[in-house]
Amino acid sequence: MMVPIVFLVLCLGGFFLSGLPVNFLFNEMVFRLSRNLILVLSLIIPVISGMGLNFGIVLGAMAGQIGLIIIMNYNIGGIGGLFLALLLSTPVAIFFGYLVGKVLNKAKGKEMITSMILGFFANGIYQLVFIVLAGRIIPFSNPNMLMSTGTGLRNTIDLNIVRKSFDGFIFSGITSYPIFTFIITILLFVGLYFFLKTKLGQEMRAVGQSMHIASVSGIDVDRTRIISIIISTVLAAWGQIIYLQNMGTLNTYNNHEQVGLFAVASLLIGGASVDKASWKEAFIGTFLFHLLFIISPLAGQNLMGNAQIGEYFRVFIAYGVIGVALLLHAWEKNKAITQLSDI
Amino acid sequence: MDIKKIYEKIGFPRLIISTFLIILLITAATLKLPMSGIWQDIFTRFGMNAILVLAMVPSIQSGIGINFNLPLGVIFGLIGALISIELGLTGFASLFVALIVAIPLAIIGGYLYGLMLNKVKGQEMTVGNYFGYSIVSFMCIFWLVAPFKNPELTWAMGGSGLRVTLSMESSMGGVLDKFLAFKIGNVVFPTGLILTFILLASIVWVFSKSKKGTAMIVAGSSEAFAASNGVNVDKQRIIGIVLSTVLAAIGIIIYSQSFGFLQLYNAPLYVALPAAASILIGGATLQKAKIIHVIIGTFLFQGLLVVALPVINILSEGSMAEIIRIIISNGIILYALTRKAGEAA
Repeated sequence: MMVPIVFLVLCLGGFFLSGLPVNFLFNEMVFRLSRNLILVLSLIIPVISGMGLNFGIVLGAMAGQIGLIIIMNYNIGGIGGLFLALLLSTPVAIFFGYLVGKVLNKAKGKEMITSMILGFFANGIYQLVFIVLAGRIIPFSNPNMLMSTGTGLRNTIDLNIVRKSFDGFIFSGITSYPIFTFIITILLFVGLYFFLKTKLGQEMRAVGQSMHIASVSGIDVDRTRIISIIISTVLAAWGQIIYLQNMGTLNTYNNHEQVGLFAVASLLIGGASVDKASWKEAFIGTFLFHLLFIISPLAGQNLMGNAQIGEYFRVFIAYGVIGVALLLHAWEKNKAITQLSDI
Repeated sequence: MDIKKIYEKIGFPRLIISTFLIILLITAATLKLPMSGIWQDIFTRFGMNAILVLAMVPSIQSGIGINFNLPLGVIFGLIGALISIELGLTGFASLFVALIVAIPLAIIGGYLYGLMLNKVKGQEMTVGNYFGYSIVSFMCIFWLVAPFKNPELTWAMGGSGLRVTLSMESSMGGVLDKFLAFKIGNVVFPTGLILTFILLASIVWVFSKSKKGTAMIVAGSSEAFAASNGVNVDKQRIIGIVLSTVLAAIGIIIYSQSFGFLQLYNAPLYVALPAAASILIGGATLQKAKIIHVIIGTFLFQGLLVVALPVINILSEGSMAEIIRIIISNGIILYALTRKAGEAA
């Protein structure tokens, strides 16, 4: 519990320095939580099945964006369009997840760095498809999506036709808060809780504890790991769609890049580690990380007279927290190994 | 020697990339692009990048794998260059002062980093990568508050902190490129730059043949075997990472003087991946690396980038060259990561 407490203190200190009004902060936090929780949630299952932090959720985010690009191309708006995007992104995410799982099974023990490089690699393919092939080989019926040259998607696509359609579904008449998104998020969290109690969930835990023991007791380790990554990728795709409908614009080539970094940092700030994570850490971590995100530029401005410092500081926190968490984890693990061999 | 053996010797990735490079070169020739400019660029960019790629060799040899924390050494190199520019030095003096400041810092930093890596055996690459990212973002704050006064370094219109890119025109820009440079046709051969690489590569090669270097390679190839032979594995790994960090610091200074600009802030983030890709393209694996891998790999990778850009600019749009770079460099690292230990890349 040390990590979340340290960050809570940092947040409190930053809060007083920033001098932001509480109700502004509250509103901002409600929206940030609603759009980020599912993305953070998507990291939990791979951690439990022993594959570490899945930086490959970048591919899930891409699948979500592909779903949105398709509905924007046919101009299908409203809540119906959004559900269609969720539906369309799912098979794409399952396919991506399967590929990521296959690759990670070939790199056992190096899953985290491999999933990260895989994210960079997939980004190259994504750019190839949407900058070079879009409009030339892949037909787009909506000319507003393409750059003026007729090939390549625009850098930003306005999602006005689905903007906040998910957040406001059913409850839009009563309040402007994203009630529906919270209900779905809670359902997914509860679903995850019960999923881990099923046979498959227990098998994932067993694989996470020891691949060798799991395979001796008759669990198909490779298959279980692939399923775990598929679930993670699908959740990330949905999470990204929900994130983007709240934001209202799609930065075609940048939105997915930071997804892995921010989600992983959030989970770790909540006190999770490389082999232990639950819904509590996801929730606390997302809250603290985004609180720090809002207040640090202003705190930097008031403390040092330079907003840029706060800006760099929060990037430093995101990277630093991942670095330190990975360091401590590997350290502990090595200690355990030496102690065993000493006997 | 039958064809299969030759194929195995060359290896799948090198075969693909050399074929691709040859096709590009032929296309460039048929498109009547100025070949002298292309060769000039290949030589210069080879010299600029080869030392950064060379920095991967000691870290792979000592068993740490790819040194994703190359930015650590790069930052010490940048500090060296900044101090030398701040002092207002020019020409070779400024280059040497930069090196003299950077190398001791890199030794200390590399040593401390090595101590840390010895605690996280097996996860060096992931930890190193994020450690590198954290250092770079921490240094972003440092560049903002650093007490440099020289107007060449700070923003012209007031405001605090160092500029994002600094011109080295008046200090050490191109001193090595111009040193002993000669002309073949229209190609100006950057002799000093290439000689510097040859000098450093020979030092690394001689070291790897010496008693100390052999101990380091043994420690890298099998920890248990090394320990049973009385080799202190932890110490060898530290030597490997110190060498790697020092080479990275030298590498960025050489790179910047040839490029003509010093790049601060987020720029060091983009150093490690191309260097890793280059040495892996050259035939190194996560366990084994030689000087020849550096030379082949840097030549192929930089050659590809240099030729691809003008050719693709004619055939397709410019962003394609950048996309090819992303796919190739990450694809080759992915390929190496998914090999089992012992399998050739």
